[in-house]
Amino acid sequence: MGKRSVPELNSSSTADISFILLIFFLTTTSMDTDKGLARRLPPPPEDNMEQEDTKVKERNVLQVRINAMDELMIGSDMADVSEIRARAKEFIDNPENLPNLPDKSPREIDLLGTVYITDRHVISLQSDRGTSYSKYFEVQNELVAAYNELRDELARRKFGKPYLQLSEEQALAVRSYYPMKISEAEPKNYGNK
Amino acid sequence: MSKFGKGEKRGMPALNTSSLPDLIFTILFFFMIVTTMREVTLMVEFRVPKGTEIEKMTKKSLVSYIYVGKPTREWRARIGSGTQIQLNDKFASLYEVQDYVYQEREAMKEIDKPFMKVSLKVDKDTRMGIVTDIKQELRKAYALNINYSAEGRN
Repeated sequence: MGKRSVPELNSSSTADISFILLIFFLTTTSMDTDKGLARRLPPPPEDNMEQEDTKVKERNVLQVRINAMDELMIGSDMADVSEIRARAKEFIDNPENLPNLPDKSPREIDLLGTVYITDRHVISLQSDRGTSYSKYFEVQNELVAAYNELRDELARRKFGKPYLQLSEEQALAVRSYYPMKISEAEPKNYGNK
Repeated sequence: MSKFGKGEKRGMPALNTSSLPDLIFTILFFFMIVTTMREVTLMVEFRVPKGTEIEKMTKKSLVSYIYVGKPTREWRARIGSGTQIQLNDKFASLYEVQDYVYQEREAMKEIDKPFMKVSLKVDKDTRMGIVTDIKQELRKAYALNINYSAEGRN
Protein backbone atom coordinates (compact mmCIF):
# COMPACT_ATOMS: atom_id res chain seq x y z
CA MET A 1 0.00 0.00 0.00
CA GLY A 2 1.43 3.32 -0.89
CA LYS A 3 1.24 5.88 1.87
CA ARG A 4 -0.74 8.88 0.78
CA SER A 5 1.08 11.96 1.83
CA VAL A 6 -1.12 14.58 3.38
CA PRO A 7 -0.26 18.01 2.04
CA GLU A 8 0.74 20.40 4.77
CA LEU A 9 -1.79 23.02 5.57
CA ASN A 10 -0.64 26.42 4.54
CA SER A 11 -0.63 28.41 7.75
CA SER A 12 1.18 31.48 6.60
CA SER A 13 -1.97 33.57 6.94
CA THR A 14 -2.48 32.76 10.62
CA ALA A 15 -0.11 35.56 11.45
CA ASP A 16 -2.21 37.99 9.49
CA ILE A 17 -5.38 36.80 11.14
CA SER A 18 -3.93 37.20 14.60
CA PHE A 19 -2.62 40.61 13.65
CA ILE A 20 -6.12 41.65 12.73
CA LEU A 21 -7.41 40.37 16.06
CA LEU A 22 -4.63 42.19 17.86
CA ILE A 23 -5.43 45.45 16.16
CA PHE A 24 -9.10 45.00 16.92
CA PHE A 25 -8.36 44.65 20.62
CA LEU A 26 -5.94 47.51 20.60
CA THR A 27 -8.56 49.86 19.24
CA THR A 28 -11.61 48.77 21.20
CA THR A 29 -10.06 48.48 24.62
CA SER A 30 -8.44 51.01 26.83
CA MET A 31 -5.73 50.50 29.32
CA ASP A 32 -6.60 53.34 31.62
CA THR A 33 -6.53 52.14 35.15
CA ASP A 34 -8.89 54.24 37.06
CA LYS A 35 -7.22 56.19 39.80
CA GLY A 36 -8.48 58.95 41.94
CA LEU A 37 -9.18 60.46 45.29
CA ALA A 38 -11.82 58.47 47.12
CA ARG A 39 -14.21 60.43 49.28
CA ARG A 40 -17.40 59.70 51.09
CA LEU A 41 -20.35 62.04 50.92
CA PRO A 42 -22.56 62.64 53.91
CA PRO A 43 -26.06 61.14 53.65
CA PRO A 44 -28.76 63.49 52.43
CA PRO A 45 -30.43 65.71 54.98
CA GLU A 46 -33.84 64.44 56.02
CA ASP A 47 -36.63 66.68 54.89
CA ASN A 48 -38.97 66.23 57.80
CA MET A 49 -36.24 66.63 60.32
CA GLU A 50 -35.07 70.06 61.30
CA GLN A 51 -31.50 70.05 60.28
CA GLU A 52 -29.76 69.64 63.51
CA ASP A 53 -26.42 71.27 63.60
CA THR A 54 -24.12 69.18 65.61
CA LYS A 55 -22.59 71.69 67.90
CA VAL A 56 -18.94 71.92 67.22
CA LYS A 57 -16.75 74.17 69.22
CA GLU A 58 -15.00 76.82 67.29
CA ARG A 59 -11.57 75.56 68.14
CA ASN A 60 -12.43 72.24 66.58
CA VAL A 61 -13.18 73.57 63.14
CA LEU A 62 -10.74 74.54 60.46
CA GLN A 63 -12.51 76.48 57.77
CA VAL A 64 -11.01 76.27 54.33
CA ARG A 65 -12.78 78.40 51.80
CA ILE A 66 -12.13 78.86 48.12
CA ASN A 67 -13.81 81.72 46.34
CA ALA A 68 -14.74 82.16 42.70
CA MET A 69 -11.37 83.66 41.92
CA ASP A 70 -9.69 80.52 43.22
CA GLU A 71 -8.39 82.41 46.22
CA LEU A 72 -7.97 80.51 49.39
CA MET A 73 -8.78 81.29 52.95
CA ILE A 74 -7.76 79.20 55.93
CA GLY A 75 -9.57 80.19 59.07
CA SER A 76 -9.71 83.94 58.74
CA ASP A 77 -6.68 84.72 56.66
CA MET A 78 -5.78 84.41 53.02
CA ALA A 79 -3.37 81.66 52.24
CA ASP A 80 -1.68 79.80 49.46
CA VAL A 81 -2.23 76.18 48.50
CA SER A 82 1.28 75.32 49.63
CA GLU A 83 0.44 76.38 53.19
CA ILE A 84 -2.55 74.12 53.61
CA ARG A 85 -0.69 70.97 54.31
CA ALA A 86 1.33 72.39 57.19
CA ARG A 87 -1.67 74.24 58.61
CA ALA A 88 -3.87 71.16 58.41
CA LYS A 89 -1.23 68.98 60.01
CA GLU A 90 -0.79 71.37 62.88
CA PHE A 91 -4.55 71.60 63.26
CA ILE A 92 -5.17 67.85 63.21
CA ASP A 93 -2.32 66.92 65.47
CA ASN A 94 -2.24 69.85 67.88
CA PRO A 95 1.14 68.71 69.18
CA GLU A 96 1.50 71.34 71.88
CA ASN A 97 -2.07 71.14 73.05
CA LEU A 98 -2.75 74.78 72.30
CA PRO A 99 -6.08 76.18 73.41
CA ASN A 100 -7.00 77.50 69.98
CA LEU A 101 -6.50 74.15 68.26
CA PRO A 102 -8.79 71.10 68.66
CA ASP A 103 -9.18 69.70 72.14
CA LYS A 104 -7.88 66.26 72.90
CA SER A 105 -9.74 63.47 74.54
CA PRO A 106 -8.55 60.09 75.75
CA ARG A 107 -9.34 57.14 73.55
CA GLU A 108 -8.51 53.50 73.88
CA ILE A 109 -6.94 52.20 70.70
CA ASP A 110 -5.70 48.67 70.20
CA LEU A 111 -1.93 48.42 69.94
CA LEU A 112 -1.49 52.04 70.98
CA GLY A 113 -3.11 51.97 74.39
CA THR A 114 -4.85 55.02 75.78
CA VAL A 115 -3.95 58.06 73.76
CA TYR A 116 -5.05 61.65 73.62
CA ILE A 117 -6.34 62.45 70.20
CA THR A 118 -8.23 65.26 68.56
CA ASP A 119 -11.13 63.13 67.50
CA ARG A 120 -13.60 65.99 67.45
CA HIS A 121 -11.85 68.08 64.86
CA VAL A 122 -13.47 68.88 61.55
CA ILE A 123 -11.97 70.38 58.46
CA SER A 124 -14.67 72.17 56.61
CA LEU A 125 -14.04 72.75 52.96
CA GLN A 126 -16.24 75.27 51.31
CA SER A 127 -16.19 76.21 47.68
CA ASP A 128 -18.02 78.67 45.54
CA ARG A 129 -19.98 77.76 42.44
CA GLY A 130 -17.37 79.59 40.41
CA THR A 131 -14.36 77.84 41.88
CA SER A 132 -12.46 75.82 39.35
CA TYR A 133 -12.44 72.09 39.82
CA SER A 134 -8.68 71.88 39.57
CA LYS A 135 -8.24 74.25 42.50
CA TYR A 136 -10.79 72.39 44.55
CA PHE A 137 -9.11 69.11 43.76
CA GLU A 138 -5.71 70.50 44.62
CA VAL A 139 -6.96 71.57 48.04
CA GLN A 140 -8.63 68.21 48.64
CA ASN A 141 -5.42 66.54 47.65
CA GLU A 142 -3.41 68.64 50.09
CA LEU A 143 -5.81 67.86 52.93
CA VAL A 144 -5.63 64.15 52.27
CA ALA A 145 -1.86 64.51 52.03
CA ALA A 146 -1.81 66.09 55.48
CA TYR A 147 -3.60 63.10 56.93
CA ASN A 148 -1.41 60.67 55.08
CA GLU A 149 1.76 62.36 56.29
CA LEU A 150 0.59 62.36 59.88
CA ARG A 151 -0.35 58.71 59.64
CA ASP A 152 2.94 57.87 58.08
CA GLU A 153 4.87 59.70 60.79
CA LEU A 154 2.91 57.91 63.49
CA ALA A 155 3.43 54.56 61.80
CA ARG A 156 7.17 55.10 61.64
CA ARG A 157 7.28 56.24 65.24
CA LYS A 158 5.23 53.42 66.69
CA PHE A 159 5.86 50.52 64.39
CA GLY A 160 9.04 51.52 62.59
CA LYS A 161 7.46 51.06 59.20
CA PRO A 162 5.80 53.36 56.69
CA TYR A 163 2.04 53.43 56.83
CA LEU A 164 1.56 51.52 53.62
CA GLN A 165 3.52 48.54 54.92
CA LEU A 166 1.59 48.14 58.15
CA SER A 167 -0.50 45.10 58.84
CA GLU A 168 -4.26 45.36 58.82
CA GLU A 169 -4.63 45.95 62.58
CA GLN A 170 -1.75 48.38 62.77
CA ALA A 171 -3.16 50.41 59.93
CA LEU A 172 -6.54 50.44 61.63
CA ALA A 173 -4.96 51.70 64.85
CA VAL A 174 -3.17 54.46 62.99
CA ARG A 175 -6.34 55.37 61.15
CA SER A 176 -8.31 55.68 64.34
CA TYR A 177 -5.56 57.82 65.83
CA TYR A 178 -5.97 60.24 62.97
CA PRO A 179 -9.55 59.85 61.72
CA MET A 180 -10.12 61.65 58.46
CA LYS A 181 -12.75 64.30 58.91
CA ILE A 182 -13.10 66.49 55.92
CA SER A 183 -16.56 67.89 55.66
CA GLU A 184 -17.72 69.01 52.29
CA ALA A 185 -20.03 71.74 53.34
CA GLU A 186 -23.16 72.69 51.47
CA PRO A 187 -22.24 74.91 48.55
CA LYS A 188 -22.35 78.60 49.06
CA ASN A 189 -22.84 81.17 46.41
CA TYR A 190 -20.77 84.11 47.46
CA GLY A 191 -20.86 85.74 44.08
CA ASN A 192 -24.56 86.46 43.68
CA LYS A 193 -25.40 88.10 46.92
CA MET B 1 38.05 28.84 -12.39
CA SER B 2 36.82 30.50 -9.41
CA LYS B 3 35.79 28.30 -6.63
CA PHE B 4 32.97 30.55 -5.93
CA GLY B 5 29.94 31.17 -7.98
CA LYS B 6 29.63 27.78 -9.41
CA GLY B 7 27.17 25.16 -8.68
CA GLU B 8 23.70 26.17 -7.59
CA LYS B 9 22.96 29.63 -6.36
CA ARG B 10 23.57 30.17 -2.69
CA GLY B 11 20.33 31.88 -1.85
CA MET B 12 19.40 32.98 1.62
CA PRO B 13 17.44 30.23 3.31
CA ALA B 14 13.88 31.33 3.86
CA LEU B 15 13.30 32.60 7.35
CA ASN B 16 11.14 30.26 9.29
CA THR B 17 8.06 32.25 10.22
CA SER B 18 6.00 29.41 11.56
CA SER B 19 6.27 30.77 15.11
CA LEU B 20 5.09 34.21 14.13
CA PRO B 21 1.40 33.47 14.75
CA ASP B 22 2.22 32.19 18.23
CA LEU B 23 4.11 35.35 18.93
CA ILE B 24 1.26 37.54 17.82
CA PHE B 25 -1.19 35.46 19.79
CA THR B 26 0.88 36.02 22.89
CA ILE B 27 0.72 39.75 22.40
CA LEU B 28 -2.99 39.46 21.71
CA PHE B 29 -3.62 37.61 24.95
CA PHE B 30 -1.54 40.13 26.84
CA PHE B 31 -3.71 42.94 25.58
CA MET B 32 -6.90 41.01 26.20
CA ILE B 33 -5.92 40.57 29.81
CA VAL B 34 -4.56 43.97 30.76
CA THR B 35 -7.08 46.12 28.95
CA THR B 36 -10.75 46.60 29.48
CA MET B 37 -13.44 47.12 26.94
CA ARG B 38 -14.32 50.70 26.38
CA GLU B 39 -17.88 50.90 27.61
CA VAL B 40 -18.87 54.24 26.30
CA THR B 41 -17.82 56.46 23.48
CA LEU B 42 -16.80 59.70 25.01
CA MET B 43 -18.77 62.68 23.91
CA VAL B 44 -17.10 65.12 26.23
CA GLU B 45 -13.49 66.07 26.47
CA PHE B 46 -11.91 66.06 29.84
CA ARG B 47 -8.48 66.16 31.34
CA VAL B 48 -8.58 65.02 34.92
CA PRO B 49 -6.58 66.93 37.51
CA LYS B 50 -3.30 65.67 38.88
CA GLY B 51 -2.83 64.65 42.46
CA THR B 52 -0.33 63.00 44.72
CA GLU B 53 -2.54 61.10 47.12
CA ILE B 54 -4.54 59.09 44.66
CA GLU B 55 -5.40 55.47 45.04
CA LYS B 56 -6.16 52.83 42.51
CA MET B 57 -9.77 51.87 42.18
CA THR B 58 -10.45 48.23 42.69
CA LYS B 59 -13.29 46.16 41.30
CA LYS B 60 -14.42 47.71 38.09
CA SER B 61 -17.83 46.08 38.35
CA LEU B 62 -18.74 48.30 41.28
CA VAL B 63 -17.97 51.53 39.55
CA SER B 64 -20.27 53.78 37.58
CA TYR B 65 -18.94 56.72 35.70
CA ILE B 66 -20.08 60.26 35.29
CA TYR B 67 -18.24 62.34 32.76
CA VAL B 68 -18.27 66.10 32.90
CA GLY B 69 -16.60 68.34 30.40
CA LYS B 70 -16.95 70.26 27.20
CA PRO B 71 -18.44 68.44 24.21
CA THR B 72 -16.08 67.04 21.62
CA ARG B 73 -15.66 68.88 18.39
CA GLU B 74 -18.34 67.09 16.38
CA TRP B 75 -20.90 67.78 19.08
CA ARG B 76 -19.89 71.32 19.69
CA ALA B 77 -21.53 72.50 16.49
CA ARG B 78 -24.84 71.04 17.54
CA ILE B 79 -25.13 71.78 21.21
CA GLY B 80 -22.61 74.48 21.85
CA SER B 81 -19.49 74.39 23.93
CA GLY B 82 -20.99 74.64 27.39
CA THR B 83 -20.05 72.09 30.01
CA GLN B 84 -22.10 68.92 29.69
CA ILE B 85 -22.72 65.83 31.75
CA GLN B 86 -22.44 62.51 30.02
CA LEU B 87 -24.07 59.40 31.39
CA ASN B 88 -23.63 56.18 29.43
CA ASP B 89 -23.78 57.14 25.79
CA LYS B 90 -25.70 60.36 25.88
CA PHE B 91 -25.68 63.82 27.27
CA ALA B 92 -27.84 64.16 30.30
CA SER B 93 -29.25 66.86 32.46
CA LEU B 94 -28.68 67.10 36.15
CA TYR B 95 -32.04 65.54 36.93
CA GLU B 96 -31.12 62.33 35.19
CA VAL B 97 -28.22 61.67 37.53
CA GLN B 98 -30.41 60.13 40.20
CA ASP B 99 -32.16 57.85 37.72
CA TYR B 100 -28.83 56.83 36.33
CA VAL B 101 -27.59 55.85 39.78
CA TYR B 102 -30.73 53.83 40.46
CA GLN B 103 -30.40 52.06 37.14
CA GLU B 104 -26.76 51.25 37.70
CA ARG B 105 -27.54 49.99 41.14
CA GLU B 106 -30.37 47.81 39.85
CA ALA B 107 -27.96 46.18 37.45
CA MET B 108 -25.65 45.14 40.26
CA LYS B 109 -25.63 41.99 42.28
CA GLU B 110 -27.47 42.28 45.56
CA ILE B 111 -24.38 41.88 47.70
CA ASP B 112 -22.48 44.48 45.73
CA LYS B 113 -25.07 47.21 46.02
CA PRO B 114 -23.84 48.80 49.25
CA PHE B 115 -20.35 49.06 47.81
CA MET B 116 -21.35 50.96 44.74
CA LYS B 117 -18.91 53.65 43.73
CA VAL B 118 -19.30 56.56 41.43
CA SER B 119 -16.27 57.84 39.65
CA LEU B 120 -16.44 61.47 38.69
CA LYS B 121 -14.37 62.11 35.64
CA VAL B 122 -14.43 65.83 35.58
CA ASP B 123 -12.44 68.19 33.45
CA LYS B 124 -10.17 70.33 35.53
CA ASP B 125 -11.46 73.58 34.08
CA THR B 126 -15.02 72.87 35.12
CA ARG B 127 -16.63 75.24 37.58
CA MET B 128 -17.45 73.76 40.97
CA GLY B 129 -21.12 74.70 40.65
CA ILE B 130 -21.97 71.81 38.39
CA VAL B 131 -19.80 69.42 40.38
CA THR B 132 -21.53 70.37 43.61
CA ASP B 133 -24.92 69.94 41.96
CA ILE B 134 -23.95 66.45 40.87
CA LYS B 135 -22.70 65.68 44.34
CA GLN B 136 -26.00 66.79 45.83
CA GLU B 137 -27.88 64.56 43.38
CA LEU B 138 -25.63 61.66 44.30
CA ARG B 139 -26.34 62.25 47.95
CA LYS B 140 -30.05 62.14 47.29
CA ALA B 141 -29.59 58.88 45.45
CA TYR B 142 -27.52 57.50 48.34
CA ALA B 143 -24.50 56.98 46.16
CA LEU B 144 -22.11 58.17 48.79
CA ASN B 145 -18.88 56.58 47.76
CA ILE B 146 -17.40 58.81 45.19
CA ASN B 147 -14.05 59.06 43.60
CA TYR B 148 -12.56 62.12 42.01
CA SER B 149 -10.75 60.65 39.06
CA ALA B 150 -7.21 61.93 38.77
CA GLU B 151 -3.80 61.28 37.39
CA GLY B 152 -0.66 60.69 39.31
CA ARG B 153 1.92 63.38 39.84
CA ASN B 154 5.23 63.34 41.60
